[in-house]
This record gives sequence, structure tokens and C-alpha cells, in this order.
Amino acid sequence: MGQDEMKMYHKKTLVELSVLLQAGEVSSVELTEYFLARINAHDKNLNSFISVTETQALAAAEQADAAIKNGTAGPLTGVPIAHKDIFCTEGVRTSCGSKMLDNFISPYDATVVSKLKQAGMVMLGKTNMDEFAMGSSNETSFYGPVKNPWQSDRIPGGSSGGSAAAVAARLAPAATGTDTGGSIRQPAAMCGITGIKPTYGRISRYGMIAFASSLDQAGPMAQSAHDCALLLNAMAGFDDKDSTCLDKEVPDYTAELDKPLSGLRIGLPKEYFGEGLDAEVEKVVRGALDEYKKLGAELIDIELPNSGLSVPVYYVVAPAECSANLSRFDGVRYGYRCENPVDLMDMYTRTRGEGFGAEVKRRIMVGTYALSSGYYDAYYLKSQQLRHKISEDFREAFEKVDVIMGPTAPDTAFKIGEKSDDPISMYLSDIYTIAVNLAGLPGMSVPAGFVEGRPVGLQITGNYFQESQLLNVAHQYQLNTDWHRAIPEDFL
Amino acid sequence: MSYDSAKWEVVIGLEIHCQLATKSKIFSGASTAYGAEPNTQACAVDLALPGVLPVFNKEALRMAVKFGLAVDAKIGLRSVFDRKNYFYPDSPKAYQITQMDHPIVGKGHMDIELENGESKRIGITRAHLEEDAGKSMHGSYHGMTGIDLNRAGTPLIEIVSEPDMRSAKEAVAYMRKIHSLVRYIEISDGNMQEGSFRCDANVSVRPRGQQELGTRAELKNINSFRFVERAINHEIERQIDVIEDGGRVVQETRLYDADKDETRSMRSKEEANDYRYFPDPDLLPVVIDEAYVEQVRQSLPELPEQKKQRYMAEFELSIYDAAVITASRELAAYFEIVAAQCGDAKLSANWVTGELSAKLNKAELEITASKVDAEAFAGLLQRIKDNTISGKIAKEIFEAMWQGEGSADEIIESKGLKQITDSSAIEAMVDEVIANNPEQFAALQAGQDKLMGFFVGQVMKASGGKANPGQVNQLMQKKLKS
Amino acid sequence: MSLDADEVKKIAYLARLKIEEADIPGYVSNLSDILDLVEQMNAVDTAGVTPMSHPLDAVQRLREDVVTEGNQRELFQAIAPKTEDGLYLVPQVIE
Repeated sequence: MGQDEMKMYHKKTLVELSVLLQAGEVSSVELTEYFLARINAHDKNLNSFISVTETQALAAAEQADAAIKNGTAGPLTGVPIAHKDIFCTEGVRTSCGSKMLDNFISPYDATVVSKLKQAGMVMLGKTNMDEFAMGSSNETSFYGPVKNPWQSDRIPGGSSGGSAAAVAARLAPAATGTDTGGSIRQPAAMCGITGIKPTYGRISRYGMIAFASSLDQAGPMAQSAHDCALLLNAMAGFDDKDSTCLDKEVPDYTAELDKPLSGLRIGLPKEYFGEGLDAEVEKVVRGALDEYKKLGAELIDIELPNSGLSVPVYYVVAPAECSANLSRFDGVRYGYRCENPVDLMDMYTRTRGEGFGAEVKRRIMVGTYALSSGYYDAYYLKSQQLRHKISEDFREAFEKVDVIMGPTAPDTAFKIGEKSDDPISMYLSDIYTIAVNLAGLPGMSVPAGFVEGRPVGLQITGNYFQESQLLNVAHQYQLNTDWHRAIPEDFL
Repeated sequence: MSYDSAKWEVVIGLEIHCQLATKSKIFSGASTAYGAEPNTQACAVDLALPGVLPVFNKEALRMAVKFGLAVDAKIGLRSVFDRKNYFYPDSPKAYQITQMDHPIVGKGHMDIELENGESKRIGITRAHLEEDAGKSMHGSYHGMTGIDLNRAGTPLIEIVSEPDMRSAKEAVAYMRKIHSLVRYIEISDGNMQEGSFRCDANVSVRPRGQQELGTRAELKNINSFRFVERAINHEIERQIDVIEDGGRVVQETRLYDADKDETRSMRSKEEANDYRYFPDPDLLPVVIDEAYVEQVRQSLPELPEQKKQRYMAEFELSIYDAAVITASRELAAYFEIVAAQCGDAKLSANWVTGELSAKLNKAELEITASKVDAEAFAGLLQRIKDNTISGKIAKEIFEAMWQGEGSADEIIESKGLKQITDSSAIEAMVDEVIANNPEQFAALQAGQDKLMGFFVGQVMKASGGKANPGQVNQLMQKKLKS
Repeated sequence: MSLDADEVKKIAYLARLKIEEADIPGYVSNLSDILDLVEQMNAVDTAGVTPMSHPLDAVQRLREDVVTEGNQRELFQAIAPKTEDGLYLVPQVIE
């Protein structure tokens, strides 16, 4: 390896950068400047960042270097990271991809942000996203669509599309994301990176702007399962500011990475391989499954009979919760307020009418309708009952298998604008990921190959709190494949 | 009450909002202290900043359970918080966290004393935990309204009664009992001026004998006992007027305006109210067990009702006296000290509910601020009991004690108010009075018994009130027979 | 399930969203499509199924009753659209 190749820091995984930092072969300031320069060079076109926080980043990098020098550093100290703009960051604009919060400078840090700060990570900036995380293509952002680094006329997936694109284009070694119905896994699949949504309650939601409170969960997005394990170590854990965050010991997620997979029982839900799945995507996924067979795993056909209803159920639960969660954006205490309101009602309706984009308004209205008197039982209550049945399906499945695998999405990234006018077909791109959120289970997406130059993701779902096992299963695959090391041509 | 109660029956139910006396808010760590500068006690959670989350206050739960036990209610071992959605500037999340289907307190009851001395049981439907809203300041902000969110997130229990009250007086009696109870069990300061204790009243009227209930109006924003009675009576008359004029009462929310002493329709609140309740996904079900409930039960003081029964049995007090004294925990404690020290509960009750209460009312003082403490008061009553002074003189002495002139004994001594019990001294006065009124005495001897009062009065007057009236009477009888 | 323009307007009003008249037909059609999708739920009988409002079978944790938050008014009001004398100002509230 020549000197130049040595300095190609963007080709290194987070784990490799961590080693270089600890060994003093590169400083955090150098790394930070390196990635800031890459953002500067590439992001104008890619649009994966909403804000780049250069000054704060360099200050944090200096602190990290000092910590490394005086021996107080941890494995993440000095490693740059990008945060999805859904996480509140003190003193930094936190827009959630919306005009509503375009002027919102958060007065506080989200727990995830402060934990990663504590671990010594350096925030490069805030990544683009679907407005209030509502979308599967990143086209609903107030800041314009993010492009897929593999094919720039395509979407990167959503809603954590900015984070996925930034990591895929190697503008940041890692990023945070959130996943309400697939928002970490689907963009990870479409951009060819690795992402994990842990069990609901594993990571604090405090400071993460709520979309659907009973589904939202933060997680890391990076190049490899090993990277994700290191990040999850720092992100997971109890937070007394979040009633739904569990007080449960956090294991070392790197501890089981090397466990062999022989005897692993992999469930293949027949519903994930049926109608609607692109044939080429299926081939790629089957290829990955073959690899697992070689590693000693056993493939078992299973059924998740109610999974077909997960999209309809989700489009009641998520809008219902969001309709209330987004009511606080009323122009009174922060954020956007319309010009010259004539009265209180005018202030409310114009502030919200002008501040929110079309998809957000659609979902608020669906949720408002589903909860309104006369419809509650038929919509909301029914969805809660089906949610129970969907969860039961998984419970039964995990009596027979250790993990469940299938495609993360039914197709590869579609073209920007292709589905903008058709919310339903957009919603169906989350058909394989949504049930996992409804049940609250941990799920991952791992790069498994390409179709016409576009990445395909393998989804791995585990039982509650089995993140270690998921990461182990993904890591073993990545030890034997190179898909996760592939870098799009324009960003080599 | 100016309506014809033979013709109309009134049906009233109350929803009482009572702030719980926690230090911090129900879902945040901000202070609940009253009177701070605007928005200095509104933290990120209270302001509903993006991303913040609620965490439930342990003490609010304990206080709500305490209330439930005090009204003999079923405690919800699994209660659930819901979101009640409505936009209003004093409601930062645009939803209120409250409890809909699974409240912490279920069915209970509260007995009230009626004017005729009977008691009546008022059903309590439920009581649930919820958060208070902020305050809107209408005033001089260039035609705008100012919002202070210090109060937002203060814990409340909303106590919902059955429609069991049949007059404004009953409603007031019930509200007073609840008010007394929450202070008794120390879950609220009950301060009505500060808004710690307020009520909404659901009022309807129907012709006597009619089975179905009339259409009700909800009166909002009533924050004093006086206003409750007035507001309800106004509303009753308004509804009867409407019906007698051939109209129909509309179901609506009406606001009581204390300044104008009238209720008016709040049309704004009526527009398509659809609160879209659903379980709050940020909070999990609140689950408690019997052991917890038992532990809270052990912490309850003797309740007013129990105390009342005990006073009636132990001290042979009337239901009225017992109810008045036990209405306040502090007054009851005062009474118990007085009764124990002076050794006469009946006398103590008469004086505590009589002279002392009148004095406190006049001075607008709570019993804890009484200018005569329980020991001193007992000292006064002891002197009545041992015949050192008459009841009449005692009132004079009490007044002097109130003015800070010293203990009862000191005042008796310094003012020479000791009752005259020396028979020869009294007899001399009796003789003198008879000598000065020979005609009246002759008439008395002739059988005009009414004149006895005149003679006793004259002797008392001559003694400056210090003669023992019993002795005077006895001596007069003796003179008559002789 | 299809909604009409009046229903969409009523929902928008409940949610305090101003929708331009020209955009109403678009919302009518989108929202009707979404409700059609949602109605697939009716294919499954859920009689007697316990509703699940939360993925975790956990109970509410309790916070000690301690004041932990101090006055941060200045910080919080720095990002407010309109304040005066420490109050948030809004167009007049008429009760």
C-alpha cells in the first residue's frame, strides 16, 4: 500500500479509522478536515447534508486529540460522524427536513447526540432526510432530494436518506439514523451500507423529534456490522428522560461478532418472497442465503400470515401518533410562524399549512381522521388489534428460528420523481420493514449485491434484544463477502 | 333561590380540578411553586420543545391514590395516560395528557350534610390524573395575548361527581367537603385564589316527575364557593326562563364571569370539538399492586368523616358541631387540645364553633393564625367550668385575649372580673334590689312569675355581671318563700 | 372509502392546516386512496384481540418528585417568534 493509498481515509471503515487514531497514525483534526473537504467537494450535488458544522467539528476534534494523547480516549474518540437532522443538537439548527424548523436552533442535545459526544465522536454536520421522517425516498425534504451516490438520478431511500448517502459516498465514516417503518434499513439497502434498528426501547428517544412514538427507534448506519456494533455500544442504554427506554444492561455488541454460524436457524417468510418482489432482487437475496448455507446455517421456510397487513396497519398507527406529535408545531414558542396572522386561527392554520409539506399534511390528516369520533374503532382500535396479531406471528416464528431473513425492499432505488405523485406505491417500498417496527423487534440491512449497479440489501430480523446475534450474523457474512466495501465510482 | 322548586328539579354534577401539592411537575422536573416570573418555571418538556418526553412523577401517583382511598373508591391498579387533542396557546403540545378509559381512581363517594341536619351521599364517578395548562394574559400587549407556561404541567386530579346534587347549596356543600378533604390528606393546598382548586358545573333542569334529564350546560371557570352558588343559581334561572319562554336549552359550555355576575356562551369551544383521545405512546401503563395501595392507606390520617363519627360518639357532639369542627384538620386538632385541657367537650365545641369561629371569620383568619391558641382558649373555658366567670363575662375576656391583653386568668385578675360566689355579698345585693323595687316585689309575691327575670337581671346588673346567676336565682327563691 | 371535499376540509380544520382550495381535489384523491389501503385491515377478524398500543410489555417508570430544572427562559425565548415581558405573544385569544 502506497503513501497515497494510506491517506485514503474514506476507504477505511470506522473500526480501521479507530485503530489509526489510537495508534496516533492520524489525528482527529486531520480526519475531520479530510471528511469536511470531501463534503465540500461532493455534497453540492449529492445534497446529503442540511448543515455542516465545521467550526464545532474542528473544536471537538482538538478535544478528541487531547483525549487520545492523555490516554482517556475510547474506541470512538476522534471518529467523525454525521447526525440525521432529526436529532436535536445544542446550538445547531435542527430542521427535521422541514420549513417548520428551518430556523430552529436547538437549545439542547438529544441523548444519542450527547452519548456519542461523550464517547468522543466528532459531529461533521446534520444530514438530509424526509420531512419529519415521513417518506421513503428523501424527496419530501424541504431542502430538496438527496441523490443516490450509485446512480444520481435515483433516490437514496428514506427517511434517513441523507445519512445513507453520506456514508455510501464516504463523506462520513458513519451516521445516525432513525427507523419508524424502515427508515434506517431501506436507505441502507438502497445505498449499499449497513444499518441496524435495535429493539424498541434500546436507545433513548429523548431529543429525537418524534414521528410515531411507539415505532421510532434510533440506530447506527455505517459501512459494516462491526462499525455498527461499536456505535451501538455507545448509543444504547438507559435514559431517565425517556419513559419507554428500558433499564436493561447493555452488552458489548462486539463480543459475539466472531461466533461461528453453524447450526444457525434462518427463517424465510414465504410472504417476503412472493408477489411484488423484483426477480433480480430475489436472485441477489437468494445468493446471500446460499452464502449463509455455506457458513453452516440452516434455512427454514416460515410464515408470517398477517405481515401483508403491516402496511395498512402502519398507515393508521403512524399517522395517528404523528397527528398528535406534530401538533406542537403551532408557531407559538419556536419554529416557523406565518407572516402577519390576522387572528389566532389564521396563525395556526397558515403556520401549519405553510410550514409543513404535502406528505406531512397528508399523514396528519389521515391520523386526525382515524382518531376522530365515529372512526376510532374502525381504524385506530382495529390497527392496534392487528398490531398484536402481527407481533404474535413473529413470536411464533422465533420459536422455530433464530433470525428471519429476506429482502430489505422489494426493489432497488427508483428514479427521483417516479413515485412522487403516488403515495401508495411509495408506501409499499417499506412492505418488508414495517412489521418489524410494529412488533418492536431489532432489524438490520446488510449489502448483499447489486442489480444493474444498484445495491440490494438483505434484511435480518432478530428476536427482542438479540442485537448481538444480528450483528454476529451480519459480521460473519461480511467476513466472507465484499459488498459492504464497494464504493460508488464517483466517490472513489 | 328564586325559582319554583315545587315545579322544577335541578340536577347538578361537578368536575373539580385540584392541583396536587408536588414539588415538581407531573411529567417534568420544573418547579410548581406559585407566583414566579412568567415562563421561568417552564422547562423544555413543559414548552414541548421538539424531541422532549414525559416521565411520570411518583408523588403525583401517591397523592391520587391517597385521594381515592379517602373517598372509599376503587383504585385503578392499571391506569393509562391518554392524549386529549385540542389547539390552544396555553397548551404547548396541543394535547393534554390525561386519563380517559383507565383512570387511577374509580367509583367512590362523599357524604354531605344538608341544612336539615341529614346527610346525603354524593357519588364520585372517577378521579383521574392530568396536567394543568398555562395561562393566557389578556392585556396590554398591542392587542395580543401573552402566554405564561409556568403552570403548564402542574399535576391535577379531576374529580368527577355523579349528577347527584339537587341545588346550588348541595353543590357548594359537596365542593367544600372535597376541598376540606384534599387539605386534610395533604395532597393540595386548596388555594382557590391561586387556582389550585377550581370547578366546572354541569347543570340541567327538568320538570319535577320527569324521568329523563334535561339538556345540560357546562359552567366553566368557577373558582370560589360563593361563585359556585351564584353561577349555578344564575344558570338554573336562565334555563328555566328559556324553557318557560318556549325555547330549548342547548348543550354548551358557558363561562362564569364573576365581575359581571353572569354566565355567557363560549361558542369558540363549541366548534367541532373532537378531542381524538388515544393512549399516549410516550408513557406506559401505570401499574401498582395491592401492597402499594395498602402502604398508602396506612399513611392516611383519620379522615373527616371518621373523625366526625368519633366526635359524635365520644364527645356526644351534634352532627352539625362535629361536621363543622372536622371540616378542617387544623380546627379539629385545636378542638381536641381545648377539649382535653378544659375537660368539657360539649362546652369546647360550643365555643369553638361559636365565638372562636365567628372571630376567625370576621378577621378572615385560618385557625392556624388564631390570635388565641388552643391552650389559652382552654384556660378561658376552664374558668367558665369552675364558675370563676360567667359565660357572658367569658366573652368579654375572650375579646381581651384576642386583643393580646394576656391569659384569661391575668385578665380576670387585672379587671376584677372574678364571679362573686360569696352568698352574703350576693344576698346584700338581692336585699337592696328588693328594697328599691317594693311594688314589683309585691307583684312577684302575688304570683307574677315573669318578674323573677327582672329581679335576677337587676341583681346581675348591680354586681357588674359578676354574680353567679344560679346563686342569684336561688337567693331570690329563698326571699320569696320567707 | 372515499372522502369528499367537505370532509377533507373538516379534517384539515381539526388539524389546523390551511389547505388552498386548488389543492383540495389532490388531497381528496390521495387521502381516499390511503383509506382504501387502510381498509384492507377489515379482511381480518379481530374480535376479542387485545389492542397493542405499545411494542413493549413494560410498565411506567416513576420519577422522584424533585425539582431538577432551573430557569432557562432567556435561552428558550431566544428562539421564539414573538415575546414580551417574558411572555409568548400570540394573536388575541377570545374566550
